[in-house]
Amino acid sequence: MLRIDNLHASVEDKQILKGLSLEVKPGEVHAIMGPNGAGKSTLGNVLSGRDGYEVGEGVVEFNGKNLLELEVEERAREGLFLAFQYPVEIPGVSNMEFLKVSVDAVRKHKGLPELSSVEFMKLARATSQKVKLDQAFLKRGVNEGFSGGEKKRNEILQMMLLEPSLCILDETDSGLDIDALQTVADGVNAMRNEDRSFIVVTHYQRLLDYIVPDYVHVLADGKIVKSGDKSLAKELEAKGYGWLEGGVA
Amino acid sequence: MNDFQQQTLSHAQALLDNGAQAAPVWLSELREQGARRFADTGWPTRRTENWKYTPLGSLGKKSFSVAQPEPALDAPAQLELDAYRIVINNGVLDRAASTQLPPEVTLFGEANAEQTAIIEKHLGRLADSEQHLFAAMSEALLAEGVLLHVPANSVLDKPLYIVNQVSDESDCLANTRLLVVLETGAEAEVIEHYLTASDASAGFVNAQTEVVIGDNARFKHYRLNLEGEAIHHVGGVFAELQRDANFDGFAIAKGAELMRIDYGLLHRGPGAHVELNGVYLPRNKQLVDYHTNVQHCVPHCTTNEVFRGIIGDRAKAVFNGRIHIHKDAQKTLAELSNKNLLTSNKAEVDTKPELEIYADDVRCAHGATVSQINDAALYYLQTRGVSKSQARVMLSFGFVNELIQQVANPAVLDYLMPELAQQFGRDTDLLLLDGDSFE
Repeated sequence: MLRIDNLHASVEDKQILKGLSLEVKPGEVHAIMGPNGAGKSTLGNVLSGRDGYEVGEGVVEFNGKNLLELEVEERAREGLFLAFQYPVEIPGVSNMEFLKVSVDAVRKHKGLPELSSVEFMKLARATSQKVKLDQAFLKRGVNEGFSGGEKKRNEILQMMLLEPSLCILDETDSGLDIDALQTVADGVNAMRNEDRSFIVVTHYQRLLDYIVPDYVHVLADGKIVKSGDKSLAKELEAKGYGWLEGGVA
Repeated sequence: MNDFQQQTLSHAQALLDNGAQAAPVWLSELREQGARRFADTGWPTRRTENWKYTPLGSLGKKSFSVAQPEPALDAPAQLELDAYRIVINNGVLDRAASTQLPPEVTLFGEANAEQTAIIEKHLGRLADSEQHLFAAMSEALLAEGVLLHVPANSVLDKPLYIVNQVSDESDCLANTRLLVVLETGAEAEVIEHYLTASDASAGFVNAQTEVVIGDNARFKHYRLNLEGEAIHHVGGVFAELQRDANFDGFAIAKGAELMRIDYGLLHRGPGAHVELNGVYLPRNKQLVDYHTNVQHCVPHCTTNEVFRGIIGDRAKAVFNGRIHIHKDAQKTLAELSNKNLLTSNKAEVDTKPELEIYADDVRCAHGATVSQINDAALYYLQTRGVSKSQARVMLSFGFVNELIQQVANPAVLDYLMPELAQQFGRDTDLLLLDGDSFE
C-alpha cells in the first residue's frame, strides 16, 4: 500500500523530516505519536503534496506509484485521503456542491459513472447521519461557522464518501469532546477492512482507546525512533516522550 | 471640445429647436439647463478626481446616433417574473413588448396634471447635473422617461421591471430616465435590467434613476448591468431617504468598454436605513467603475454597504466608496466593505475608501481589501480530488456567491445563477443543489 523510505523534507529551509521510514500494508492501522514539533503534521502535508514542503531525499511509493511525482488532486484520486487537523473554511462554496464535485472527480478517475444529483444527495444525507452531522450543514458554506467537532465530523463525512484506500488522520482528535471523538472513531472503525489502511497521527493516547491500532510508532526529531504494538501507546501515556528523545540524542 | 461633446450639444440644440412648440416649458427649461451645464462642466481629464481611474479619452472620439424606434430582433432572455414590464429597445419604448401599466406608472409624455407636477418638482433634483456630467447630458437630451409614483400607505402590487436592451450594432444612444416617488408609508420594488442582444451590440447607454423615499416608505431596487462588452454605459442611482425610510439595493455589473455607475444616497430623516450589496465581474479588457456616495445629514441613520469584485484577465475595476457624516448626524451607524479578488496578475483594481466624519458620536467601519485566491482553500479542495483549475473557479465563485445568495427576489436569483455559472464556466445544476427540490 504505502512504502516510505528514508524520507527527508524541509519547510522554508528548515529540515523537519530526517530519514523517516514506514511501511503500511493493506488493512493495517498505524498510529504515529510524538511530541510537538516532531514532524507529525509535516508527514501528512508531504504525503498529500502541499506546496512549500521540499522533499530532499527519500522514496514514497503508493500502490506501486511514485507518490511524490503526482499532483495533489491526483494523489486524492488515487485513493489517498488526509483528514485535516484544521479544516479550511470556504464561505460561498456550499458543502453539498463541494462534496459532489469531489466525489465526481474521484469516481471519474476510477472509471465509475457520475452520480445523479438526486442519488448523490440521498447518499450525502445518509452519510451525514452516520457521522451525526445535521443535514443543515450540507447547505452551509464548506466548514463555514462549524464548531471544531462539526469540522471533524465533516472530514469523516468526506472520507466516507470518497472511500479512499489510505486515510491519514492528522490529529483529528485534538480538541474534541468524548461524544465527537466517539463519532469520529465509529466512522473510522466502520470503514476498516482488509483493503483499507489508516495512519492515525495523534498527540494523545486517548484516541487509541477508540481506534485500536495494529502498530504504534514514535516520531521524534524527524524520524521514527521506536515502534511497537498498541501497548507502546500506554507506555508513552505513562512515561511521556522524554525517555525516548533522550535516547535519540 | 471633442466629438462627443459637440455631438451631444448639437442633438440637444436640435431638440430645443424642434420641440419648441410641442415640449412643455418645464422640459425645455430642463434641457436648456442640462445643455448649459454639460458645456460648462467640460470633459474630465486625468486630473478630474471623479474620473481619475476611468479615463474617457476614447469616448470623446466616439460618435453615436440618436436612438430610432427599432424593435429587438433577437430579444435576450428576461427574468421570469410576474411584474409590470417596460421594455426599452435601443433607447425607445417597445409598447408591444411591454405590459399594461398600473395607474402608479406613466411615461413623462403621458403624465396627467398631478403627475406632471410631481415630475417638475423632483426630476433633476437628486441627479445633480451640476455635479455629474452625464446627469447633465441626460437632461440635455431628455426625450422620454418613466415615473413611478406610489401614493401614501399603498403598495405597488407587483414589481416594476424595466428591461433596457441594446440590440443593434449601429452605435445608438439610449438616454433613459426613471423617477420614483414613494409617499409616506408607500412600498415598491423596481428591477432595472440592462442587457444586449450579443457581445457585439454596441451603443451608449445613459440611464439615470432618481428615487424619493418618503417617511417610513420602503424601496427595494435591483440594478442588473449584464450587457455585452462592447457597450458604453454611464448611469446613476440617486436616492433620498426621509424619516424611517428604507432603501434596499442590489447591484451587479459585468464589465464593458465603459461601465460607470454612481450611487448617491442621502439620509435626510432620522431612522432611515440603507442596505446596498454589489458585485462586479470584469474580464478580458473590460472595465467596471462603481462610485458610491452615502451622506448622513441627520442623526440615527444606518448604512450597510458591501461590494465585492472579481477581476480577471487584463480587466480593471474601480471602486470609490464614500461615506460622509455631517456635523449633526450623531448616532450614525455606517459600515462599508469592499473586497476584491484578482484572478490574474494583469488584472487591476483601484479601490478608494473615503470616510468623512464631522460628528463625534458615531460608529463607522470602512475597509477595502485586494487579494488573490486563498492558497489554503485551494489546497484543501485539491486534496479532495478537485483539479486546481476547477478549484480556482469554485473559490472565485464562492467569493461573490455569499452576496448573490442574499438576493431576496427568487426570480432575480434564478436568473443570475445560470448567468454567473456561464461566466464562471460551471454546471448550473450543481449551483442550485440546495436539496429543497428533492425533499
